[in-house]
Amino acid sequence: MARVSIRVPTPLRSFAGGRSETEVRAATVAEALERLTEQHGALRDHLFTEEGELRRFVNVYLGDRSIRNLGEGGVGLSDGDEIRIVPSIAGGAPVASPAAERSGAVDFSPDELRRYSRHLMIPEVGYGGQARLKAARVLLVGAGGLGSPAALYLAAAGVGTLGLVDRDVVDITNLQRQLLHDTDSVGAPKLDSARRRLEALNPEIDVRTFETRLISDNALEVLDGWDLVVDGSDNFPTRYLVNDACVFLGIPFVYGAIYRFEGQASLFGLEDGPCYRCLFPEPPPPGLVPSCADAGVLGVLPGIIGTVQAIEAVKLILGRGRPLSGRLLLFDALGMEFREVEVEKDPDCPVCGEHPTLTELIDYEVFCGLGAGASVDADVPSIGAEQLARWSRGGERYQLIDVREPYEWRICNLESAGARLIPLGELPEKIGELDREATLVLQCRSGSRSADAVRLLRREGFEDVFNLEGGILAWARDVDPSMPTY
Amino acid sequence: MSRIAARGMITVDVRFFAVLRERAGGERRRVELPGGSTVAALRAHLRERLPELPEGYAVAVGRAYAASEHVLEDGDEVALIPPVSGG
Repeated sequence: MARVSIRVPTPLRSFAGGRSETEVRAATVAEALERLTEQHGALRDHLFTEEGELRRFVNVYLGDRSIRNLGEGGVGLSDGDEIRIVPSIAGGAPVASPAAERSGAVDFSPDELRRYSRHLMIPEVGYGGQARLKAARVLLVGAGGLGSPAALYLAAAGVGTLGLVDRDVVDITNLQRQLLHDTDSVGAPKLDSARRRLEALNPEIDVRTFETRLISDNALEVLDGWDLVVDGSDNFPTRYLVNDACVFLGIPFVYGAIYRFEGQASLFGLEDGPCYRCLFPEPPPPGLVPSCADAGVLGVLPGIIGTVQAIEAVKLILGRGRPLSGRLLLFDALGMEFREVEVEKDPDCPVCGEHPTLTELIDYEVFCGLGAGASVDADVPSIGAEQLARWSRGGERYQLIDVREPYEWRICNLESAGARLIPLGELPEKIGELDREATLVLQCRSGSRSADAVRLLRREGFEDVFNLEGGILAWARDVDPSMPTY
Repeated sequence: MSRIAARGMITVDVRFFAVLRERAGGERRRVELPGGSTVAALRAHLRERLPELPEGYAVAVGRAYAASEHVLEDGDEVALIPPVSGG
């Protein structure tokens, strides 16, 4: 008989006479729990099923070791041992973690035990939780602003298999927020720098890369077999695709999205929880909700939202805490305010509702109004970069107005083609300076702001006004590839 | 405490998020609607007053997502949450 202590978690203390710790004499863990429930009868139903098995949401630890099966001859005890009872979920339904089933086969080297020692100390993680993390397979869609902090923290936390899907190359404009990449990796595939960084951070994990754009043709294949997906994509078609594919495959996914100073996060795709379409059934009209590339984003912001996503991923793997399912978290950096909105599963949801009308993946570019031939600014007369170059070379009479900001002009401009800078905000007051008889061409970075400028001038009675389609980026692509872009 | 205004009108406090904030030209707006108005009626009202607001936003009343048929009450705080794509 050994003299051991049993720690009772807060939610169960009222059934144990309010005590956090009880001493018993026992030879095995099973016997110790038997003694405990003899002393505090009310605890029995909370710990055991009618068949005498430990309830699924009850975890028992002997030191750092998770004891699941009390039956196998019992686990021997020594004097001074501490047994801890840890409920899986504080205030929520337990969530099945596929990683839990595989975690039994996991082993750690002494180096790994030291690496993860600050996790092992936390009762809610412990040896069993760390084994779940090591057994877990998490796929990150996008190795950008959100994917960077999420991947770094998940790698550091010891998630055993991390997948990354991305096909972009590192651009210097990424470095203001995408911490996976560095200045030396500009121009190289993002997955190269991501892999290097993650493996340097934690060589114990397995990093798998998919250098592709996630599309309907490959999504089910790429996503299948992962326990959990972290969505850090940067466009609506991919977001709807990730949602639908995850729902079809039964994989939960941690959603995160950012805009300038604000972010959103949630956990979608749990069996009883909502999906992204329960919240946003239809995408917004194209062009009305700009991306980071078009609208800008505070570089630190994805650090907040991406780490929220990483925390939710870790909680789900551990089966601990209250998941962010059924709640949309809104973050406003300027007001430094977190706010949450309850979102229920929509019984009429076309994907996860009671009578789904969508049962296979669709063309998400078309769904989001971005299909071939579709143009956001179809109402605006436009010319292409090559045509403008021909006008410029042929001495055509036209006036080229660049409506970007002065700092953008300093990065690159079309002065050689006669451009004059009038930032969009100053255009209304400078209309009088424009030649109403001339052909006007309006230009910006990508063609969106200049389309607004064309609309403004047409409302003011200008007739011969064109938008440079694709902006200076199109010029750099089609006319002058040596031009720096941003 | 609910303040029912004259002629059965209600006032709701609309809060705009992300891109909607810029398009609405501010963070908040008080909107007066006939009593019994639904979320759908609020959307229609805003479509008329603020045509530049992109459609497709979600609506939360208080702290909960509200469907189109949800009936608004005087003094409700209504959050308009746009989908956001950036990552």
